Amino acid sequence: MKTIAGAFALFLLIAVTAYLAFFYAPIERTMGPIQKIFYLHLPSAFSSFIALGICFYANLMYVFKRQPKWDWLGVSAAEVGLAFITVVLVTGPIWAHPVWGIWWTWDARLTLTFVLWLLYISYLLLRSMLEEPDKRALFSALFGIFAFLDVPLVYFSIRWWRGQHPTPVIMGGPGSGLEPRMRVAYLLVWGAFTGLLVLLVNARFKLEAMRADLEELQREVEVR
Amino acid sequence: MKNFDSILAAYLAGWAIFFLYYVSVSKRMNTLRQEIERLKNSLSRSK
Repeated sequence: MKTIAGAFALFLLIAVTAYLAFFYAPIERTMGPIQKIFYLHLPSAFSSFIALGICFYANLMYVFKRQPKWDWLGVSAAEVGLAFITVVLVTGPIWAHPVWGIWWTWDARLTLTFVLWLLYISYLLLRSMLEEPDKRALFSALFGIFAFLDVPLVYFSIRWWRGQHPTPVIMGGPGSGLEPRMRVAYLLVWGAFTGLLVLLVNARFKLEAMRADLEELQREVEVR
Repeated sequence: MKNFDSILAAYLAGWAIFFLYYVSVSKRMNTLRQEIERLKNSLSRSK
């Protein structure tokens, strides 16, 4: 019941923030209406960083404490983070095509984001290949710690190297920043996306706990 | 609205990814729930 109420509240919040993004925030002067993709693209990118940060923390905790709940949280956050990165990689080219005239270019930000996506696909593949639960949890935690090294590279890539991708508008240098109504709309959309992130990680965590229950039951059946 | 098709495509694709992911988690959960029920029943019958 709590989950349904939470999901309904989140749905309402997303509807309100979509209204703010499309009708409250002004149309950007240089790019025009296509800039509205910003309100889906950027919050997805920041939410993926949060999800992968949770995964990194859970992986570290698993390595030090060896408690299954950290493994469950790690894989849950990794999968949700991957969903958010996929949204970033799909919406980016759709936005880029009318603005840059190309769908994709191998500049530092785009390439490192694609590498991030591949790293977390590999993380999930690695898990699917290991059957023994403790071994699976430890190896994937170690791989997850390594994979997270790409997150700061993605974040700082547009600060360190000049490429096709625009320089940061949030927490960028002097002259950067958003028009006040755009900032309000952006922050509220990001709040809604953080709610979506919590909802998805929570659902995925429950799935992993059920999988552990099933493995326990299977062992019991085998013993009899 | 200029580039309306691109904006629509981006939002449809983005929300479809979240929706499909949520559906996939729910489906996997249902499969596991059924499997757990089945094993619990077979364990209780073998007692």
